[in-house]
Amino acid sequence: MSAGKARMPAAAPWRLALRLLRRDWRSGELYLLAAALVLTVAAITAVGFFTDRIERTMQRQGGELIAADLAIDSSRPIPPSFADAAAARGLEVARTLTFRSVVLAGDDTQLVQVKAVDDAYPLRGEMRLKADIDAAEQPAPGPPGDGVAWVEPRLLYVLGADPGARIDLGEATFTADRLIAYEPDRGGNFFQIAPRVMIHMDALPATGLVTAASRVRHRLLVAGPRDAVADFAAWAEPRLPASAGLIDAREARPEFATAVDRASRFLHLAALTTLLVAGAAIALASRRLVDRQTDAVAVMRCLGAPRHLLTRIFAIRLLSFGLLASLAGCLLGWLGQRGLALLLADWVEGPLPAASIQPVFVGIGTGLVALAGFALPPLLQLADVPPLRVLRRDLGPPRVSVAFAGLGAAAALALMILWQAGDVELAWKLLLGVVAAVAALVTLGAVMVWLAGLAAARTRGIWRLGLAGLARRPAAAILQITGFGLGILALLLLAVVRVDLLRSWQETLPEGAPNRFLINIQPHERDALADWLADHDIDGAGIFPMIRGRLTGIGARDIEPDDYEDPRAERLAAREFNLSYATALQADNSIIAGRWWSGAGQTAPAPGQFSVEEGIAETLGIRLGDRLRFQVAGQTVSAPVTSLRQVQWDSFNVNFFVIGTPGLLAEQPATYITSFYLPASREALVPELLRAFPSVTLIDVGALLAQVRGIIEQGIHAVEYVFLFTLAAGLLVMYAGIQASLAVRRAEHGVLRTLGANRRQLLRGLLVEFTAAGLLAGLTASIFAQITGFVLARQLFDLPFAPNPWLWVFGVLGSGAAIGLAGTLGTYRALVRPPLAALRGAG
Amino acid sequence: MNTPEILCRADGLAKHVSGPGGRLTILHGLSLRVAAGEAVAIVGASGSGKSTLLGLLAGLDAPSGGEVELCGTRLSTLDEDGRAALRGGRVGFVFQNFQLLPTLTALENVSLPLELAAAGEQTAARGNGGVRPDTGMQGADATAVAREALERVGLSARAGHYPRQLSGGEQQRVAIARAFAPGPRILFADEPTGNLDLATGQRIIDLLFALRADAGAALVLVTHDEALAARCDRRLGMRDGHLEVLP
Ligand SMILES: Nc1ncnc2c1ncn2[C@@H]1O[C@H](COP(=O)(O)OP(=O)(O)O)[C@@H](O)[C@H]1O
Ligand SMILES: [Mg+2]
Repeated sequence: MSAGKARMPAAAPWRLALRLLRRDWRSGELYLLAAALVLTVAAITAVGFFTDRIERTMQRQGGELIAADLAIDSSRPIPPSFADAAAARGLEVARTLTFRSVVLAGDDTQLVQVKAVDDAYPLRGEMRLKADIDAAEQPAPGPPGDGVAWVEPRLLYVLGADPGARIDLGEATFTADRLIAYEPDRGGNFFQIAPRVMIHMDALPATGLVTAASRVRHRLLVAGPRDAVADFAAWAEPRLPASAGLIDAREARPEFATAVDRASRFLHLAALTTLLVAGAAIALASRRLVDRQTDAVAVMRCLGAPRHLLTRIFAIRLLSFGLLASLAGCLLGWLGQRGLALLLADWVEGPLPAASIQPVFVGIGTGLVALAGFALPPLLQLADVPPLRVLRRDLGPPRVSVAFAGLGAAAALALMILWQAGDVELAWKLLLGVVAAVAALVTLGAVMVWLAGLAAARTRGIWRLGLAGLARRPAAAILQITGFGLGILALLLLAVVRVDLLRSWQETLPEGAPNRFLINIQPHERDALADWLADHDIDGAGIFPMIRGRLTGIGARDIEPDDYEDPRAERLAAREFNLSYATALQADNSIIAGRWWSGAGQTAPAPGQFSVEEGIAETLGIRLGDRLRFQVAGQTVSAPVTSLRQVQWDSFNVNFFVIGTPGLLAEQPATYITSFYLPASREALVPELLRAFPSVTLIDVGALLAQVRGIIEQGIHAVEYVFLFTLAAGLLVMYAGIQASLAVRRAEHGVLRTLGANRRQLLRGLLVEFTAAGLLAGLTASIFAQITGFVLARQLFDLPFAPNPWLWVFGVLGSGAAIGLAGTLGTYRALVRPPLAALRGAG
Repeated sequence: MNTPEILCRADGLAKHVSGPGGRLTILHGLSLRVAAGEAVAIVGASGSGKSTLLGLLAGLDAPSGGEVELCGTRLSTLDEDGRAALRGGRVGFVFQNFQLLPTLTALENVSLPLELAAAGEQTAARGNGGVRPDTGMQGADATAVAREALERVGLSARAGHYPRQLSGGEQQRVAIARAFAPGPRILFADEPTGNLDLATGQRIIDLLFALRADAGAALVLVTHDEALAARCDRRLGMRDGHLEVLP
C-alpha cells in the first residue's frame, strides 16, 4: 500500500476497506464466517468437479453399450453431410448397417440378422470372438476380412454346420470362420430372435441384398471428446430427417440410465445438503459479525465517517472477503476432488477426464451469492446505526424488517440451489423440506422460550437460572435452536442416506443378480431347460413366456411410426413389442396406477387386460383405461390397460413393457426367456448348456452388470466422500449456534457471578439450558430427517424405505447429550474469567 | 480586544421523547456558548440530561427544538453525513466506556479517525457541503501521527496490543490519544473517569488537561464529580433539563 498510489481517485476507501479487512481477519473475528464460506464453496466445487468428471467417465463407459459415444439410427441412408460434420469436429466415425436376410448352407436355410460394419467399428468397447464353441474368447483383431463372416454359434447349430463352413448370403459366399462371443452394441436389441451374421461393409455390394427398397437400419457411430460430441449432437438434432434419431447409451439401456441418474442425484443431494447447512452457518456467522460491528460503526460515524463511506467500505470489505474465501474454497474443493479421483482410480480404467474449469465459477459465484444474501443486507444497514449509540447503548441498529433480511437470504439460497441443482425436482423438494424444518425450529424455539419463561417463574435455584437464561434472550435462543436443529438434521440425513438409502441402492443389485439371459427357448424345451438349470443348482429367476406383437392402436388412434416426434417412441412403435402374460405381479414391479388383476383369493380367470410400464406409457401417451391393439401372428389382440407398473430396470431381472392376462395371450405362439446368475467359477457350464440347448441364445450381460455395479459402488464412495463436507458443515452450524449467544452470556454471567453465583451453579444452569435445547432440536430434526428420507427414497430414488428406530434414539438422546455437553463446555470455557474482566469485555 | 471565536453555540435547545408514560421532556430550551480554547464543565445528577445535551451539541442527535452551531456551521442545515463530515478531524470524543474498537490494536484505534478523514476526503464530492477536515492529514502519515499521539499518552510500548489486553486506565489513555490525534478544535468528554478508580481517574484527567492545553482545544466535560468540574474555566449545573451557572 504505497503512498504513490494514493492519488488514484477513490483509492483511499479501497485501501481503508482492505486494511480494516486485514485487521478483522487478524483479530479472529472472521474465522467462523470464513470457515462456513470456504466449506460451502469447497463442497460445491468438489461436487461440481467430480460430478462433471464422473459423468464423463460414465458416459465413456456407457459408450460401450452402443459401441460409440453417440449414434444416429435411421431407416433410410444417412446423408454424408452428417459424417462430414462429425469428422470436421475431430470425431471418429463408423458406420453399420443391419437387415434381415436368409442364409443358405447346403440345403438348409435360416433367417438371420446381418450386420455390415466398416474398418472403424466398434468405436467403443470391443468385439470378442471364439474359434470354436469350447475355445477361449479373443478380442477381434480387426473387422471381418474379405469373404469372411462372423456368426452367432446358434446359426451353425441350426444349419448343422461347423466353424469354417461356407454360407451363402444373397449372391455372395462367406466362410463362417469365427463365432461371435460378445458384440458391444448387441444390447440395443437384446431380444432379437434371428442369429447374427457380421460381415464387412465392402462385401455388401457383392451380395446384391441391399437395394433402395430393402428394409435396412443404418447407423452412424461417432466418438471423441465430450464437447465435440455435444456440439455435433446439437448440430445434428435439428437437421435429422424424420426417419432418423439420435441414440446415446442412456437410451440404449434403461439399466444403465437408472444407475447413472441415481448416482448423480445422490451427488447433487449431498452437495445441496451441504449448501443448505453451510448456508445456515453463513447466516449465523453473518449475524454475529453484524452484531459485533454495530459498536464499531457507531464509533466511526461519531469520528466523522459519512454513511456513504461506510457503505462503500463495508461492501468492498465483504466482497473482497467473499472473493478470497471463495478462492480458498475452490482450492480446497479442487484438492478434495483430487483425493476422490485417487479413491476411484481402481474403478476407472485409464485416467479420469481432466477436471473442467466451470465448477470454479460456480463455486466462486456460490460463495459471493451466499455472502451477499446473508451478510450484505444487514451490514449495509449498519451504516444507519445512530452515532448516538456511543452515548446510549440501548440504541441498536435500525431493525429492518426481519422479512426483508430473511427474504434476501432466502432468495440467495434459492438462487444458489437452483443454479447448483441441475435437478429441479430434487432442489425444490429439498428446499421445501428445509424451509419447513426451519419454520418448525423457529416456532419450536419461540414456544420453548415462552415455556421457559413460564417455568422459570415457578422453579427455583439453578433451574430457574438456566430456564430464565433462555427466556431472557429470545432472539439468540431461537437462532441457537435453529442452528442446532439444522446441524443435527444434516447429520441425521447423512445417516439416513448412508445407512438406509445407499444400502437400498446396493441391494437393488445383489451379489447374485442375473448376469445371463437365455432367450429363444422353444415351448418344448421349456421344462427340460428348467430341469437342467435345477440339476446344475442354478437359480433361474423364473421362465417367462414372450410373444411378439406389433402395437397397432391405442384407444381410437391407429399407430404409425410417424405419429411420434420422439425418435425413441417412433422406433418402439415401429418395432415389435415383446409381450408376456402372467398371473402374479413380479416381485420387483410395483403398481403405481390402477390395479393388478390377480387379487388375493381370486379364483375366476380375469377378463383380458394389459399392464404397461410407466415410462413407455408416458412416451407413447398411453393412459389407464386406453384400449391397446396388438398384431400378434396375424391376429389382433385387444384389451384395456388396467394398471401402470414401475419396473426396477437395474435389477437385471427379466421385465416386460407390456404384460397381458393369461387368457389374452396364452394361446399365442410364444418362446420363453429366463435369466440367471452364473458365477465366474462356473463359466465352464456355458458350452455344456449351449450343446444341450443349441437353439437357445445366451446373452451375457456380465459386462453391463459390472458397469452398473461399478457406478453404484463408486457412486456410493463419492457420496460418502462429499458427505464429509456436510458433516463438517453440520458441526460448524452447531458451533455457530453456541457462539450466537456467547457475547450476551458473558455479560450476564459476569453479573451473576458478581451477585454471588458460584461456578458450579453456573455450570449446571448451562447444562440444563443446552440439554433442553439439544433434546428439542434433536426431536424436530429426527422428525424431519425421517420425512425427508422417506420422500427422497420413494419419490426421487425409487428405492424402498423402512423407518429406522435408531434414528430416533440417536437423534433425540444423542443430540441432547452432545449439545448439552458441547454447549456447556464451549460456553463455560469462554466464561471462566474473573467477573471484572467479563464485565469489562462486555462493555 | 476582539471577542473570542465561539466554537459551539446552543440556543433554546429542547429535547422531548415519547415514552410509555406520554411525552417526556429531557431538555427544556437551554442555551450555551463555548469559546475556542475554553473548558466548560457540565455537572449534574445521573439522569439529569447531561449526555443528551452532549449528543446534541456534537451533532450526534437532532434536537426537538432550538438550534446548535458547531465550528461556525448551523447543524440544522446539514444532513447526518454533513454533520459527520463536520465532526471529522475537528471534534474529539472521550467516553465513559472508552469505545475502542476491539478488533483494532491501540495504534490502529488511534489512527482510525485519520484514516477515515483521508478516505472521506476522496468521497467528499458526494454532497457534504464542501466541509472538509482542516487537519490536512494524508493517509500515509496517519500511522506516524498516531504513533506520536500514543507516545504523548505514554503508551508507545503498547501500540500493538488489543483493547482487551489493556487495563481500563490504559484503554482510556488510548481513547484520549485517538481524540487528540487529528488535532481537534473542540473535545467532548462524557464522564471520562466514570469507569475508573479514583487514582487512575485523577491521572487521566491530568493527561486530558495537559493535552488540551497543548492543543489549545476547547473542552466540554460532563461529570458528576465536583472536584473535576472545578478544574474547568466555567461550571454549568444541569438539573431536570435546565442549565444554571454555578459559581
Ligand atoms: N431516547 C430516549 N428515550 C427515552 N428516554 C430517554 C431517551 N434519551 C434519554 N432519555 C432519558 O432522559 C434522561 C436523561 O438521560 P441522560 O442524558 O443520559 O442523563 P445523564 O447523562 O445526565 O445521566 C434519563 O432519564 C434517560 O432515561
Ligand atoms: Mg450520561
